[in-house]
Amino acid sequence: MTHGFVYNILLLGVPFSVALLLASLGEMFNQRAGVFNLGCEGIMCMGAFLGFLPPYFLKTGPLAPYGILIGFAIAMVAGIILGLLFALVTVTFRAEQGIAGIGLQMLGWGVAGTLFRHYVGGVTGVEGLAAWAIPGLSRIPFLGELLFNHNPMVYIAFLMVPASWYILFKTPWGLKVRAAGTAPRAADSMGINVNRVRYQALMLGGAMAGLGGAYLSLCQAKMFADDLVAGRGFIAVALVYFGRWNPVGIMGGALLFSLAQSLQLSIQVGGIKFPYEFAVMLPYVLVILVLSLTRKARMLGPSSLGIPYNREMRY
Amino acid sequence: MTSKFKIAYGAGVILLAALAAAVLGALVLKAIGASPLDTYVTIFTGPFKDVFGITEILVRAVPLILVGLGIAIAFRSGIINIGAEGQMLIGILAATATALALPGLPRYLLLTLVVLAGAIGGGLWAGIAGILRARLGVNEILSTVMLNYIAAQFYTFFLRGPMIDPGELETGSGTPQSMRLPESAILSHLIPGTRLHTGLILALVLCVCVYFFLWHTTFGFRLRAAGAEAKAARYAGIHVPGSLVMAMVLSGCFAGIAGAVEVTGVHHRAIENITSGYGFAGIVVALFGALHPAGIVPAAVFFGLLLVGSDMTQRSAGVPANMILVLQGVIILCIVSAKMYLNNAYTQERAARFFARFTAKAAPESTKDGGQS
Repeated sequence: MTHGFVYNILLLGVPFSVALLLASLGEMFNQRAGVFNLGCEGIMCMGAFLGFLPPYFLKTGPLAPYGILIGFAIAMVAGIILGLLFALVTVTFRAEQGIAGIGLQMLGWGVAGTLFRHYVGGVTGVEGLAAWAIPGLSRIPFLGELLFNHNPMVYIAFLMVPASWYILFKTPWGLKVRAAGTAPRAADSMGINVNRVRYQALMLGGAMAGLGGAYLSLCQAKMFADDLVAGRGFIAVALVYFGRWNPVGIMGGALLFSLAQSLQLSIQVGGIKFPYEFAVMLPYVLVILVLSLTRKARMLGPSSLGIPYNREMRY
Repeated sequence: MTSKFKIAYGAGVILLAALAAAVLGALVLKAIGASPLDTYVTIFTGPFKDVFGITEILVRAVPLILVGLGIAIAFRSGIINIGAEGQMLIGILAATATALALPGLPRYLLLTLVVLAGAIGGGLWAGIAGILRARLGVNEILSTVMLNYIAAQFYTFFLRGPMIDPGELETGSGTPQSMRLPESAILSHLIPGTRLHTGLILALVLCVCVYFFLWHTTFGFRLRAAGAEAKAARYAGIHVPGSLVMAMVLSGCFAGIAGAVEVTGVHHRAIENITSGYGFAGIVVALFGALHPAGIVPAAVFFGLLLVGSDMTQRSAGVPANMILVLQGVIILCIVSAKMYLNNAYTQERAARFFARFTAKAAPESTKDGGQS
């Protein structure tokens, strides 16, 4: 079915946004709790690799139909473990979060690359997750194909947006998270265990980043390579600023980026003369632009973002 | 507490952190079925088997020292520079272009110009992130990471397009690399038969310069003051945003020089993957060297050893080269975690009391020292 240039960009853009959206929503919880997790990139790498392994090894056998499901589960568990490691370093040891994040990024990227070279070797494809058209809704002309004919992870990711909003703004735990990121001392005096809340937020963020990474290898690229994630973890962090720490804004940012990406792909496929390298550069330039233009938004951010909480310190 | 104990305490904490890093690395090695002990032994002793191996450590240490110095300047000045990788690439482009454009110049003039071009290239590239931080409050970690990706694409664009070796086009192989630099733009070798080049001397001289700059000039003091406590520095009349930009530009200059030295000393032409991760390893070197030139030199040699050694394990034991990233990652995590205990008077005091109990039994006269603290 052909609907023209713009339609194709939109059609590609929706599934492209999922990995960014998942990782970015997770990062939002981290930052709302006051932890700036740049290791998101590393967690995504690990998620992408570990998610890819089960379907790769279980091509035949009784578990074969569940390979992808197991992959997503393992990616989430790995994300939680890496989130715990990051929490240990930044919450318990109160390390500087920016540098620790770069350390986690190197660790995740390196471990994924090392294990990949050893267990898989070269680039191999997996079957990936098939599209599942929602009965009824997918029949709607124009919109049906665009919104309701994707793989199930797309629906899950977009359902995560209202879910995260509800968790963050309407549940006691969400209130604790926001308190830990805005006024940890006040939260502490009201009996909230700030460090525990930060640990929990980092575990949740890690799980979501792992899921986002697994989406990349299982649904989007349907293979794994060292540079599969290619900075999406960092873009996800930038999207949190762009979305003003709000799930809906983050969804808008994720869509903006994925549309830019599908635009770039369409330009190349369409044969328009444009140096390939500059097209690849586009999303990264966009991040810098977005960060430059959201200066005011940063005042609305969690005021204790990036500051380790030390109970023993007096001011 | 004696000052000797303080040093021993610091060394003990760092050793513990290094041990933790080694254990974490060993877990990954176990996961790929390699023997951690054998791998570590190969990494740390393999390069010392011949003269070539030893000089190779220093060859790797040269860019690490230069990048590490730049990163130390930035960190000390309160701005984090993760973009050394990209700044190196832009420096390499500028240096290569200069060398290829002016092949007729006398050797020393040309080499000076080439290194300067590298410095300017790297400095300008870093300056973008500096200005964005100072003017618009853009998080410099994110912007420098993004500038890395952008620089990598710029670099391949130039190597594939405007700067490609015409010979490659004739033969049709199309390898993305520049022309070979003119002989007058190539650093001479320190020891014949090895790759060790005079860039090492430049790196060591710059170490001394950075030390004097940061600790014995007003300008350096301003940078450090702005980094240590921005509010107090502003109260004292220091223009903090300006000092942030300057620190970032300087930091980029060093990365650019590292690039220029790497291309004129080792590769003699701009090729793909020329930085081989020095930009990231430099961060680890700077942190490991306690952000001080005197610490950065041994740290760079240590990581040079690690790089050469892990190359060897790749050949002999089949451990993938990505392992070096793992080690760097865990080392960063362990160093930043250990920092809390390094400057913590409370744990220091407790450790002192703990050890005083043992020394008191062995040698009663030493309790006097322990009691004075």
